[in-house]
Amino acid sequence: MIRLDRVSITYPDAAAPALDEVSLLVPEGELCLVVGPTGAGKSTLLRAVNGLVPHFTGGTLTGTVTVAGRDTRAHRPRDLADVVGLVAQDPSSGFVADVVEDELAFGMEWLGIAPTVMRRRVEETLDLLGLAELRSRPLGTLSGGQRQRVAIGAALTAHPRVLVLDEPTSALDPQGAEDVLAALQRLVHDLGLTVVIAEHRLERVVQYADQVVELTGQGRLRSGTPAQVMQSCAIAPPVVELARLAGWQPPPLSVRDARRRADELRPLLPAGPPEAVEGPAEAGPTAGPTPSGPVLATVRDLRLRYGPVPALRDVDLQLRSGQVLALMGRNGAGKSSLLGALVGLVRPQTGEVDVGGLDPRRTEPQTLVRAVGLVPQQPADLLYATSVAAECAQADADAGRPAGSTAALLARLAPEVPGAAHPRDLSEGQRLLLALAVVLVARPRLVLLDEPTRGLDYEAKRRLVSVLRELAGAGHGVVLATHDVELVAEVATRVVILAEGEVVADGPAEEVLAGSPAFAPQVAKILAPDRWLSVPQVAAALELVG
Amino acid sequence: MTSPAQRVQRLLEPRLLHPGAWWLWALALAAAATRTTNPVVLLLLVAAAGVVVAARRSTAPWSRSFVAFVLAGAVLLAVRMAFAALVMDTAPGGTVLVTLPEVGLPAWLAGVRLGGAVTAEGLVFALYQGLQLLAVLACVGAANALADPRRLLRSVPGALYEVGVALVVALTYAPRLVEDALRVRAAQRLRGRAPSGLRGLARTAVPVLEGGLASSLDLAAAMDSRGFARAGDVPVRFRRATGLLVLAGLVGVAIGLFGLLGGGTLPAAGAPLVAAGVAVALTGALLAGRRSRRTRYRPDPWSLPEWATVGCGVAAAAVVLLAAARWPAAMDPAGRVPLVLPELPLPVLAALLVAAAPAVLTPPPPLPAAALRRPTPAVPAGAPA
Repeated sequence: MIRLDRVSITYPDAAAPALDEVSLLVPEGELCLVVGPTGAGKSTLLRAVNGLVPHFTGGTLTGTVTVAGRDTRAHRPRDLADVVGLVAQDPSSGFVADVVEDELAFGMEWLGIAPTVMRRRVEETLDLLGLAELRSRPLGTLSGGQRQRVAIGAALTAHPRVLVLDEPTSALDPQGAEDVLAALQRLVHDLGLTVVIAEHRLERVVQYADQVVELTGQGRLRSGTPAQVMQSCAIAPPVVELARLAGWQPPPLSVRDARRRADELRPLLPAGPPEAVEGPAEAGPTAGPTPSGPVLATVRDLRLRYGPVPALRDVDLQLRSGQVLALMGRNGAGKSSLLGALVGLVRPQTGEVDVGGLDPRRTEPQTLVRAVGLVPQQPADLLYATSVAAECAQADADAGRPAGSTAALLARLAPEVPGAAHPRDLSEGQRLLLALAVVLVARPRLVLLDEPTRGLDYEAKRRLVSVLRELAGAGHGVVLATHDVELVAEVATRVVILAEGEVVADGPAEEVLAGSPAFAPQVAKILAPDRWLSVPQVAAALELVG
Repeated sequence: MTSPAQRVQRLLEPRLLHPGAWWLWALALAAAATRTTNPVVLLLLVAAAGVVVAARRSTAPWSRSFVAFVLAGAVLLAVRMAFAALVMDTAPGGTVLVTLPEVGLPAWLAGVRLGGAVTAEGLVFALYQGLQLLAVLACVGAANALADPRRLLRSVPGALYEVGVALVVALTYAPRLVEDALRVRAAQRLRGRAPSGLRGLARTAVPVLEGGLASSLDLAAAMDSRGFARAGDVPVRFRRATGLLVLAGLVGVAIGLFGLLGGGTLPAAGAPLVAAGVAVALTGALLAGRRSRRTRYRPDPWSLPEWATVGCGVAAAAVVLLAAARWPAAMDPAGRVPLVLPELPLPVLAALLVAAAPAVLTPPPPLPAAALRRPTPAVPAGAPA
């Protein structure tokens, strides 16, 4: 279905080719997973499939890319629209219409599909992706997961034979991601659709893949069956890392396969990491788990609504220093609203927010940044200078700190970021760390991060984990709003789950995560009922045992 | 067999009327308003438009624009009357209401005065003309309130469809830019400085514009990969020719309408120009439509209520036009000396009733969608799934 034959792609002004003499064959009806660190050429490969590279982006392509027998050299993306559907990384950036139904029909109109067929396909797609109730909703009012499903639906209505998705689940909560992936798998199995997915969160996708393509950097590529590639892949989900630790050959890819092998591992391990075994939950929703330093912020009876939609209901919370608190819950559960209330961006209807003795709504921003700092969902919103060095200098001035403070912080967080680079040209992870440095330079006691792992590869995530640990160790309070259960398993000491604006669970990470099927990390699922959360924990325990 | 009662019921089932019908109806009423300065007729015209808007507008955000347009008209009216009283020396007349102290102006400013006598005739003249403007604005406001401008753009002729989509996207983009600006302003607060002054503006504008540029590139890529502007087997030159034909025709229509409505320099050329323009534009659209492979999803239907609406508007306009020729004194009282009470010819009253008839002849709008756009929070949070 898709054939790349000795393809090299070089962007204008680029020193090295983004893809270098790569060949790849994706047969019809396969789900092909593309993995690799940021900047290895995943998006280039994906966009070459429907001809956006080089027709739209510019650059030189040598070799041939054929899709369903059509050479992308002779066919522009619009001429391939009936064969290839593309879902971009940020679904809302591609929305054309203003309501869901029209958005689904847009592509079909250009393909000249008969009105009766269009009508039927729109209805089918609405059902397939569970969008029926949203059909006349304006696109701007949808949640992240709903937008993602609409974008997939808009690509599907044209009945393409190939569907290309760039990180389709990065903005979704675990449940929403599972829904989308289940829908995709159904399409592959029932309709013989060929699917190409690029994804950082392998734990969500790898068990569905028929083929894995690993981009290893320098424009090189390696492909094979998932088990083959995962054996030596630089990027691996927790289940594979656990398998490597335990020496399982070939590595299991799903929790189910791993559980069958887990019997060999369990006898070697105690019933859980020491702190989880010793520290049972204290009663009461506001009881903080260990370690609990002094209280940095208190939220009392917080209520918040947007128009008729309640966002937060009677939230009580105490944030302590030395804690890494993970705020979880499905898209639209009120996580961002709670963070917004803590920094005074949104006005609560009733209730009290007290951050280090300050009311965030009534405090001057200059004073507030010393108590609490937030890295927003799009870190680029914080940045506006034309170079990293200028951004750092501005941050020093904003925070009233001696010149060079931010640059020194950044050098610790991300030493490789060049000062002359434009913030837009940084990778997603580097940009996040720059924004974090800009926030941290004011030395806030409480640091909030909204969806920090969106678009981060494993390496960047590892770096973030160590930075967050260090912050908590230095007595900061850290709050993460995130969907990434694996990150939470590694770094969080306390987990709060929100649903429809209410706190439905609050307690030590081991307990809350292990107790919930939706939020349990892979290691917890594999080793249940023992209370293990992450591979490093297990590794440390094995070392101790010897 | 369906009985007549059932058929009527089916025609009046709740749905949104074709936006083109509302615009044609409103433009016909606006044309009528330009043909008379009779204050009673003009006020009744505004009332007719208001009745229809009140009865048939949807719950969408733009449906409140009627009041805004009428208020704008009222402001213009007030300004115009103030000017008439203080500055302009337009209408003759002997009924001096009050004499203001006059400022002597040089002779070359003939026709302009500052202060001096304020005559009742002058004020009434300004009032009538201001009312005319208000009525035209009210008609446009009614169309705006009744028909989503974006839906109207969706039904542009095939040859202009690409332009139409570009406009729709632009219309959707403006509010998104505002949302982005709000978000970035909120983020700037997080850096410890309330964004104010010129530097605050730069701090907000740079990320918003950069982000806007990046996302419009994304949008262009998405539209390209979804087949936008896919030509099928139509040669490029043919497409360009038909597009040009339609555009030229529409320009002709616009100039012709200007002549017809303005009644100024080229009234004679008005009607033929409109006719020729319509013919040219239709030819272009039909030619393009025949060769185009593009189809339309759920096009707005055009059935009896649409015809009735357009018919009501056109009939009312025709009667007013005829009355203006038959009873010039009654229909154009502006500038008459001495002042008389305006009269209302009976056929015109009947015509204005017809103009308001779409309030009952059209199907009511469907019930409001369960979820309306809610105010954007500073930190975007999705609606509950």
